Amino acid sequence: MSTGMPASSGSLEHANVVLGAPEIGRALTRIAHEILERNKGGDGVVLLGIPTRGLPLARRLAQRLADVEPGLDPGALAGSLDVTMYRDDLAHQPTRTIGATDIPGGGLDGRVVVLVDDVLYSGRTIRAALDAISDLGRPRAVQLAALVDRGHRELPIRADYVGKNLPTSTTERVRVLLEETDGRDAVVIDGGTR
Amino acid sequence: MRHLLSASDLDVRDAVRILDTAGQMAATQAREIKKLPTLRGRTVVNLFFEDSTRTRISFETAAKRLSADVINFSAKGSSVSKGESLKDTALTLQAMGADAVVIRHQASGAPHTLAHAGWTSGAVVNAGDGTHQHPTQALLDAYTLRRHLVGDGGRADVSGQDLVGLRVAIVGDVLHSRVARSNVQLLHTLGAHVTLVSPPTLVPVGVEAWPARVSYHLDEVIADDKPDAVMMLRVQRERMSSAGGGFFPSPLEYTRGYGLDARRLAALPDHAIVLHPGPMNRGLEISADAADSPRAVIVEQVANGVAVRMAVLYLLLAGESPAPTTKVDA
Repeated sequence: MSTGMPASSGSLEHANVVLGAPEIGRALTRIAHEILERNKGGDGVVLLGIPTRGLPLARRLAQRLADVEPGLDPGALAGSLDVTMYRDDLAHQPTRTIGATDIPGGGLDGRVVVLVDDVLYSGRTIRAALDAISDLGRPRAVQLAALVDRGHRELPIRADYVGKNLPTSTTERVRVLLEETDGRDAVVIDGGTR
Repeated sequence: MRHLLSASDLDVRDAVRILDTAGQMAATQAREIKKLPTLRGRTVVNLFFEDSTRTRISFETAAKRLSADVINFSAKGSSVSKGESLKDTALTLQAMGADAVVIRHQASGAPHTLAHAGWTSGAVVNAGDGTHQHPTQALLDAYTLRRHLVGDGGRADVSGQDLVGLRVAIVGDVLHSRVARSNVQLLHTLGAHVTLVSPPTLVPVGVEAWPARVSYHLDEVIADDKPDAVMMLRVQRERMSSAGGGFFPSPLEYTRGYGLDARRLAALPDHAIVLHPGPMNRGLEISADAADSPRAVIVEQVANGVAVRMAVLYLLLAGESPAPTTKVDA
């Protein structure tokens, strides 16, 4: 989740496009290679995307892993993990719609879970995700991949794989737009004074 | 959504949202660890003035699966049997900090009074009031119907879908049934066609205004309508004065005219399912053949009830608490 509000794909005239489709593609390819390198191959790796935009990113990463290592099945590599019911801010916002959790066959026990999200900000979504994972099984390790790390962490959480570090001010809004959900690939910043 | 008092309060969007949320809740109930931390620190009071086993247990399970604290209050053996009024009971619960009150009451309209009199600031969920409403039962029935009859028979993802075009026959004691009232409204909202089948003596006054067809002949409805689902209602003998209460000549005669037996079950379309809100009077409105057939989804309704009630509690309690000014309503 980049922000609490749903990103509208319109009105990009005043927005600052910081990553275009080619940059996003290259970042994902690099992250895919880093995941394989760090885990010495793709065996036992599960990519869990956090809805909404973590999910298509997880699917794209799974496809790239399978492209590099032809033995891997991209469909069995990616799943989704909804963290809504584990959030610590439910009482401060309008009621959120619960997304789907879909764990690939074989479960999480003993595997390496790579959480995939679009924007890493306060770290609270990831804390909720860690709680959700512990209710679903006991992975051997949990790693974190984020397309954009915009800083301003409120918890001791860091990403293992980052597409782009983006220093921002808290008044700015970072939005990740993806082909699957928004019709185009881009990372844009709006609001604030730059 | 602040309270859930009546199925007629829900529009299509609300109803589908509850059913979709229930679907996600049901998915969590297949896990090894079924408990979710979502409503930690919230208190849900089950306020039951009328006997109930499954509804109370279902609400209690739902609240506990979401980590809410549950306080069960039944009128028997409580201060109510000493003559305490609903108002004083409600004020006591308010003082104890109830975030939600699930109420079942023998008087139609008691949940409405509780919600709007300003006695409690918590959300009020109607778990059955008199012969008026039982909205969570209607929601779990709609959820069960959608799971089995929409999409390709329960395998596809049905989220976001309503019940447009489904034909549902609701059979039996409509007069005393809050389940029938709630279902007629909710199923109509979701686009299904409802036919009420009942002896003339058990059809309520004013039924012409309901969005449903009325028939006195079960066999005709099965043959002509080819319903996708039959919902059998319990004959509520406790609400009738004597055995049949003068509503029908004898139990046997009722069974002949309106009971679901093996013959009528066989006459239904192959895909049709059988629902019953429970508890069943076997041999009266439903025969053992029908109740135990693979097409009866009566046990599944109970499991779906927990998921639907989790969804209702989540949607009422999880979001930001409304400003305290909303309770100045009395």
